[in-house]
Amino acid sequence: MIADFSWIRPEPHGIHVVPADCWIDPSRAVDKALVTHGHADHARGGHGQTIATPETLGIMKLRYATDEGATSVSYGETIRLPGNVDATYIPAGHVLGSAQILLEHAGEKVIVTGDYKRRADPTCLPFEVTPCDILITEATFGLPLFVHPPIAEEVGKLLKALHDNPECCVLVGAYALGKAQRVIAELRAAGHRAPIYLHGAMERMCRLYEEFGVELGDLRLVADHDKEAMRGAIVVCPPSALNDRWSRRLPDPITAMASGWMRVRQRARQRNVELPLIISDHADWGELTRTIEEVNPHESWITHGREEALLRWCQLHQRRARALAMVGYDDEDD
Amino acid sequence: MEEFAALIDALVYTRSRNAKLALIADYLRATPDPDRGWALAALTDGMDFKAVKSSTIRNLMKERVDPILWSLSRDFVGDTAETASLLWPEPSSDVEAPPGVAEAVALLGAMTRTTVLTELPMMLDRLDPSGRYALLKLATGAMRIGISARLGKVAFAQAFDVSVDEVEEYWHALQPPYAELFAWAAGGAAPPETENLPLFRPFMLAHPLEDAQVSMDDYAAEWKWDGIRVQLVHVANENGGETRLYSRSGDDISATFPELLDALAIPAVLDGELLVRGSTQGGVQNDRTQGGAASFNALQQRLGRKTVSKKMLSEAPAFVRLYDALAIEGEDLRTLPWSDRRGHLERFIPRLPDSHFDLSQIVEAGDFDQLAEIRASARDDAIEGLMLKRRDAPYVAGRKAGMWYKWKRDPLLIDCVLMYAQRGSGKRSSFYSDYTFGCWNGDPDAGAELLPVGKAYSGFTDEELKKIDRHVRQNTLNRFGPVRETDKSLVFEVAFDSVHQSKRHKSGLAMRFPRIHRIRWDKPAHEADRMTALEALIRD
Ligand SMILES: [Zn+2]
Ligand SMILES: [Zn+2]
Repeated sequence: MIADFSWIRPEPHGIHVVPADCWIDPSRAVDKALVTHGHADHARGGHGQTIATPETLGIMKLRYATDEGATSVSYGETIRLPGNVDATYIPAGHVLGSAQILLEHAGEKVIVTGDYKRRADPTCLPFEVTPCDILITEATFGLPLFVHPPIAEEVGKLLKALHDNPECCVLVGAYALGKAQRVIAELRAAGHRAPIYLHGAMERMCRLYEEFGVELGDLRLVADHDKEAMRGAIVVCPPSALNDRWSRRLPDPITAMASGWMRVRQRARQRNVELPLIISDHADWGELTRTIEEVNPHESWITHGREEALLRWCQLHQRRARALAMVGYDDEDD
Repeated sequence: MEEFAALIDALVYTRSRNAKLALIADYLRATPDPDRGWALAALTDGMDFKAVKSSTIRNLMKERVDPILWSLSRDFVGDTAETASLLWPEPSSDVEAPPGVAEAVALLGAMTRTTVLTELPMMLDRLDPSGRYALLKLATGAMRIGISARLGKVAFAQAFDVSVDEVEEYWHALQPPYAELFAWAAGGAAPPETENLPLFRPFMLAHPLEDAQVSMDDYAAEWKWDGIRVQLVHVANENGGETRLYSRSGDDISATFPELLDALAIPAVLDGELLVRGSTQGGVQNDRTQGGAASFNALQQRLGRKTVSKKMLSEAPAFVRLYDALAIEGEDLRTLPWSDRRGHLERFIPRLPDSHFDLSQIVEAGDFDQLAEIRASARDDAIEGLMLKRRDAPYVAGRKAGMWYKWKRDPLLIDCVLMYAQRGSGKRSSFYSDYTFGCWNGDPDAGAELLPVGKAYSGFTDEELKKIDRHVRQNTLNRFGPVRETDKSLVFEVAFDSVHQSKRHKSGLAMRFPRIHRIRWDKPAHEADRMTALEALIRD
């Protein structure tokens, strides 16, 4: 096969689909953007047209207070872009509404995974393996030391801390989009029915999840309750609020954080975390490498994260790969 | 090993000293012998297994993980043992149950540089990542989780409701896994046998005098010399006798000052100031042959060395200026009043070689005002101030109210603990040269925390800067950009002009012109000053 793939071009601020003149997850405003999911570093505001799943568009509307130029695409639906490019949105298993974008042009198939994971998540549809020629993959946790344990174990740790310290509350730092709702849904699945208290910044996103049919149970706002009511309860806040004055209103909080970075002790200590919970919405090393094997592309392009190590793995396994120098993607508090 | 690993993990994530004490105490109560004894040894003194070094771990890993993936991972994690614990491949076949702490210690102790390459992997196979981390930290003797030996002993005392001073006293008589210590504290057995062992006795310490005045009828005054406080112990035994020299924190520093070991050949426990010969402190001024001592700087050259050259021994010979006698020829003098002990000491000193011992003279003053005058006119630079000792006080461990006072000289001095270090600028940019230090907000053995009270970046020599820099790098708990949080084990004597109330500082106090007056390598952190001492110096 002689393929040049010159129609798809990685640029520092996004992936350019040349014939359609549109961009995937661009880090600056463009005329036409294809957005994989609602995290702020992937879903910037101000594009002329934004093509995304209805859930992602809902999240963006919540953040930017406008849905101007929104074009909705359902999972599995293919839309035709200018220049004979077809785009299909496929579940990525990362957060509610997250999608891999399959692009087809002149018989060539390219998949942009966006952020993804392979673990089950009660708040979104699972990642689907789709064959393609070029896999443009993330590598946030692209080091062999990242092994995310089964989430039931981590939720178990959280519930045990709660049970062992009935006079305290457990404050869980969790990314406001995705992680927070997943942790709550997993707690519910583990049989925890008690009210869960939310930092104000979490509320609207949780309500949106519920509108999309993700049940989160009895949620209450910290601001509406006094200290004593929250003894023995779980409180969820954005990671930035963990060491903030805000937490002084809580009754003897035990500080927990739900993040893949918690695998490394120093990372947990930097945030003064007492109860690290290794819960990530990204693929760990095993998932990243297994996905490359299963999708089995002609070539892998690595967008953001620890691309050097994943590149090295591809080299060791005789797989073609290149690292893209992308800007503007954060590690996320994932 | 699982419980020990869980303890290590919990300690890593616990900030408050109180909570750390409780964790260790719970572990010591719940864990059987001899595991808990080995665990205590690992936490306090660290253990040294000759066959296991950081390089051993690296070599093992490079056989199992691609070298590039290893170094990328190592760089990300920042710690070899932790990286290895995370990257160790899970064994493909069934393995034995995890080893207990005692079993692990026995296996590690039996390894050689050759067998370690096959035997350590077998042990790692039996453990999960936390267990592997604990094992590798144990094996390399570098826990670095902010647990001082003192904290371990306080936790032990707390676990079994015994006095920490007694624990200190027996500690040096025993070897890990401290079976007799546990039998005594946990099992109600008789205290460990300590006779005929050259044991450390916890020091008697002084409170700052602050604004108080005392009557010279009740108190005797002595100069506070500018060396390091030591305890010299000699016991007779079948091998002809043994002498040991202990620092303030109870560390055995015998090897650093070998000339003193032969000088004491009579069974005794003596308390004094270790000095080196010179002309600045006491004796006939400016004549080093007449009993004088050199400045603290000269002594500093000899501290912290494991071996001493002949040149050093002849250029800077050490001697001890004696303050007190805790025991002489088997008779424990500690319960006697100070005046009686002083009598014993004065009668004893002619039996010691004057090349290595002299007596710290009493400062005679008719009343307190006269003493204040003497203190103010003392021209000797290296006198730190005065000690006031209650004439009828027994020798008791620690700092007991009303018994001993220290009356330091101006400028204002306070002992603080190094908390954070920041890289300097200009030619110091590669050194951690800006220090934030703190005082305790209460009794550190009862869960007090350090509160930052000031910052300083001067007062030390380039040589000292290098040593502090090394200390900072080797004792880092956390990094925040250019700042490192240390394990809070190093004491600075900080000099400053005045101290004022300040809303800008968390401690509520601000010092004027603080500078490092001296680095107290010898002083344990829990003996640094408390906030109350600093507050007492407020003059406005
Ligand atoms: Zn994301
Ligand atoms: Zn991302």
